[in-house]
Amino acid sequence: MAEKYDAIVVGAGHNGLTNAAYLAKAGLKVVVLERNGYIGGAAVSRELYPNWKYTNCSYVCSLLRPEIIRDLRLPSQGLQVVPYGGGVTFMQNGDYFGNHTDHERHHRELARHSKRDADAYSRYEADVMKQTRIIRPFLMRTPPDPTSLKPRDIRELIGMAKAFGGMGEVGLADTMRFWTMSIGDFLEEYFESDVVKAHLAGSGIIGTALGVYSPGTAYVLLHHYMGDVDGSIGSWGLARGGMGAVSNALAGAFKSFGGTVQCDSEVAQIIVKNGKTVGVALTNGDEIHGRIVVSNLDPKRTFLKIMQETDLPKDLVSKAKNFKIRGSSGKLNIALDGLPTFNGLPKESPLCLGEKHFIDSLPRMERAYDDWKSGTWSKDPYVDMLIPTQVDPTMAPPGKHMMSVFVQYAPPKIDGRDWTSEDRDAFGKTVIDQISSYSPNFKDLILHCEVRSPQDIENEVGLTEGNIFMGELTFDQLLFNRPFPGYAQYRVPAVKGMYMCGSGTHPGGGVMAAPGANAAREILMDLNRASLVPRGYDDD
Amino acid sequence: MIPHNESMILHTPFHSRCEAACEVNLWEDWKGYTTPQVFTEIDMEYFAVRNSTGVFDLSPMTKYRISGSDSGAFINKLITRDIRKLAVGRVSYVLWCDGEGKVMDDGTIFRLSENDYRLCCYTRALDWLMWTAEGFDVTICEETAEVAALAVQGPTSCAVLKAMGFSGIELLKPFGMAYFNFSGSQLMVSRTGFTGDLGYEVWMEPNLGEIFWDALFDAGKLYGIRAIGSSALDMLRIEAGFLQAGVDFVPADEAIRSGRSRSPFELGLGWLVSFDKPVFNGRKALLKERAQGSRYAFVYLDVEGNKPAEHAFVYHADIEVGTITSAAWCPTAKTNIAFAQVDARYGSKGQSLIAEIYYERELKWTRVMASCKVIDGPVFAPARRRQTPAPNF
Repeated sequence: MAEKYDAIVVGAGHNGLTNAAYLAKAGLKVVVLERNGYIGGAAVSRELYPNWKYTNCSYVCSLLRPEIIRDLRLPSQGLQVVPYGGGVTFMQNGDYFGNHTDHERHHRELARHSKRDADAYSRYEADVMKQTRIIRPFLMRTPPDPTSLKPRDIRELIGMAKAFGGMGEVGLADTMRFWTMSIGDFLEEYFESDVVKAHLAGSGIIGTALGVYSPGTAYVLLHHYMGDVDGSIGSWGLARGGMGAVSNALAGAFKSFGGTVQCDSEVAQIIVKNGKTVGVALTNGDEIHGRIVVSNLDPKRTFLKIMQETDLPKDLVSKAKNFKIRGSSGKLNIALDGLPTFNGLPKESPLCLGEKHFIDSLPRMERAYDDWKSGTWSKDPYVDMLIPTQVDPTMAPPGKHMMSVFVQYAPPKIDGRDWTSEDRDAFGKTVIDQISSYSPNFKDLILHCEVRSPQDIENEVGLTEGNIFMGELTFDQLLFNRPFPGYAQYRVPAVKGMYMCGSGTHPGGGVMAAPGANAAREILMDLNRASLVPRGYDDD
Repeated sequence: MIPHNESMILHTPFHSRCEAACEVNLWEDWKGYTTPQVFTEIDMEYFAVRNSTGVFDLSPMTKYRISGSDSGAFINKLITRDIRKLAVGRVSYVLWCDGEGKVMDDGTIFRLSENDYRLCCYTRALDWLMWTAEGFDVTICEETAEVAALAVQGPTSCAVLKAMGFSGIELLKPFGMAYFNFSGSQLMVSRTGFTGDLGYEVWMEPNLGEIFWDALFDAGKLYGIRAIGSSALDMLRIEAGFLQAGVDFVPADEAIRSGRSRSPFELGLGWLVSFDKPVFNGRKALLKERAQGSRYAFVYLDVEGNKPAEHAFVYHADIEVGTITSAAWCPTAKTNIAFAQVDARYGSKGQSLIAEIYYERELKWTRVMASCKVIDGPVFAPARRRQTPAPNF
C-alpha cells in the first residue's frame, strides 16, 4: 500500500526543506524524499575525518534570507550565522592586498596599491550598491510573466517598471550595461591596480563557467554582494557548525510542523496521469502518492531524468536540454594540525579571518579560464580559501583547523572523458601547490584532504555537471527567464501539481532559501490557501 | 582616603590592557572610569560572546560589602526577594524599592559566608543602604575600587577558564560561586553575567588585574577570545532581555517628575517580590498595587520588519500607549526586538501594538508604522546558559 501525502518534495536540499516547511506550516501533509543517507544537498557538515566537521560543499552564508530565518525561527533550531570579515589576495611579488572591514583602514590599504583607486572605491561601492538596491526587492517575489495579462503579473510588471523607471535614463543605461558586461570591463572603469581588480573580480566568476572578460560576469558579482549579515549588505558569514546547520535548522522547523523527512529514498520517476502528478516511484520500487510534487533538483535532472519526456510539452524538453548548467568549480576540504602561516601576514591579523586568494591580476584569471575551455583544470587556479575554524569553535579540536578551498576552474569532464582518480590527485596537488607557494608550513600541517571534482559533486550531491548555482547566473537565465521563459513562476503549467523549488529557479543559487519559499507561496496560492511566506524586508 | 590631586578620569585595574586592545580608541566615561565603547568592531565583539568568548571589564560597577550578625536581616529589609533562601556560595539577582514601592536599582548579591555579602549594582546606593541599616548590627563598606572584575562570557568561556587551570569550573551551576588560587592569591568566579549566554564573572584584587588579563587571553587564544566594549554589551543584553537602570527605568531616587518611576510589577519583575517576608522597603505600597493593579507594564515587543524601533512611540489604534526604551535587531535571534513601557491595559501577551519608527537614509527621514506583538519573554535563551556541566562550545 503506497503512502499518501498532500505534497512530495524531491530532494532535501535547503530549498526543498524551506518549501516543505512552509507547506507543512500551512497544514499540508508533506514528505521530503532524499536520495542520500543524510539531508542538506549542498549545505552539509560532514565528519569525514574523526573529530573534524567539513562544511564540504557550500561554505559561507550571506544570501540566506533573514525574513525566512526569522519566520521559521531557525535560530531556535540551532542556526547561527557569524560574520568573519577580512580577506586577502596574495601577490607574486610577496606583497598582498587586504580587505579591511574598517572603512578608513580599507582606504589606507587601497592607497598602498593606488591612491587613485583608494578614492575611486567610494564611487565603485555606491554604484554596486545602486544595483543591489534594484535587485534585492525582487528576491522574495515571484518574477512576473511579461507575456501574461493576469492582474498580478501586470501589477508586478508595473512595479518592476517603476523601479527601473525611477533610475532615470542614465541609471537605466548603467543597469543594462551592468547586467550584461564583464566584471573585468566593469572594474576597469574604476581601478588601475591589478591586485585590486583581481581581488574584486573573484566574485564575478565564482561558480560560473565564464572568464573575467566574459559578458555577464558583472551580474555574478552582484549576486555575491546582494546578501547581508544583519543588514550589513554585502557581508558574508559562517553558519556555526558548518552549512549543515542551515539544513538541519530547516529540517527541524519542517518537522516541528509535522513534516516527514525520508532519507535513502531516491526518486526514479515522477508519476503523471492525465496531465496531473499523482506521486513518485522510488528506485527501490516503492511508490509514494501525492497530488503535489515539488522538485528541488535542477531543471535538467527534473525534466530529463525523473520525468518522462512524453509527459511534458516539447518546448519544455528542448528548453531543459539547452539549459546552461556547466560545471566549473571543484573543492578541497582539508583537516589541518595547526594554523598555517602566510607570507607577509602576522597570524593575528584580522585579514586572516577572511577568504584568501592567490591570483593577483585579471590576465592570470583569464588564463585560468582558458584551461577550463581546453578541458582541464586551471594550472594557476583562482582559489577562494577559508579557515572557518578560526571563527567557529565547533568544527575541529582547539588549535586544529578545517580549511575549505573552493577552486575555480575545474571542468565537468577532462578532455571530454570522465575524471580518473589520477586526475583528481593531480587537481588536488595543483591547488595545494598554489597555496603552498604562499604558505611555507601549509603542506606539513595537512592531516586529511578531500578532493572533489565537479564530477564528484554531481555524483554525490546531484548537481548536474557540479554547477553550484543549479544553472548559470547569466541574464538569459535570470528573473522571468529562470530557468526558462514561460516557466519562471515555479509551476510547470502543462502538468498540474508539478512544481520546481530549487536554485534553478528565481532568484538562483547561493543558499538563499528564496526559491523554496517563493515556490511555496505559489503552491499555496494554487490551493487557495493563505500565503504564509513572509514579504521581503525593505532596505529603504 | 581619595587623593585630591588625581586625574579627572580614573583608570580601571585593566586599563593598560584595554588601552592596548582598543584599536579604534573609542572610550566613554562610566562612573568616573574611562572604559572602551568599542575595541575593534561592534559586530565582531558581539559575536565573540555568542560564538566564542568575549571579555568585558566591569570594574566600575558599584560594589558594597555587607557584613555583621544582622547582615541577612538587613538585606531582607532592603530587597524585595527573600534572601534567607540564598545559600553561602550562591548569587541572587535582586532589586530594591523605595518606600513607595518604586524600583531604585537592580543588582546581584553574593553570599560570601554566613554573615558576609557583596552587593553589585549600577547606581550608587550607600546613602539608601545606610538609612535602611539603622537599627541593624551591620557594617556596609563601599569596595568598588577594591574589587576588580572581568566578565568572561560566551560558549567557549568555560573551556577558556578550564585551560587556565580552574579545574572543576564546568561543574559550577548558574548563580554559583567558586574560589581558585591564582598567582599566589585567590580569586572568585561566579557563573553570572549580563549577556544571557554561558558565562562567568571573575572577581579579584586590583593588583592581579594585569597578570590575570594576560593569562586569560593567553589561555583563550585557541578559543576565540576577544575584549568587548559597552556597545556590544548593549546589543547582548537587549537580545537577552535584561533591563538597564537609567535606560529602561529611572532609578526612583533620581526621578524628578512625578509618575516617572516604576514598581517591580511595572518592570515585569514581580517575580522578584516575596510577600512572604513580613517587612521590606516598599512592601505596603506593593501590596496595594498588587491588589489594585499597576498603571504601567513593561513588555518585550517583536517588531515587524528590520528597522530597530529606537525611541519609538507605541500606539494602540490611534492612541499613544507607551514608548520604547531599548531596541535592537538581534543578530543571533534574527528578530527585531524592543522593550517598551506601556499602559498596563495593553501589556498582556499577544497584544498587537504599533511602533512609530523613524529612520534616515541619505539625509531623508522615513516613518514606518510597524506592527508589533507583545511576546512573553526574551528571544534569546540558549540551552548552554543553564547546562551543568557547562559545554565546551
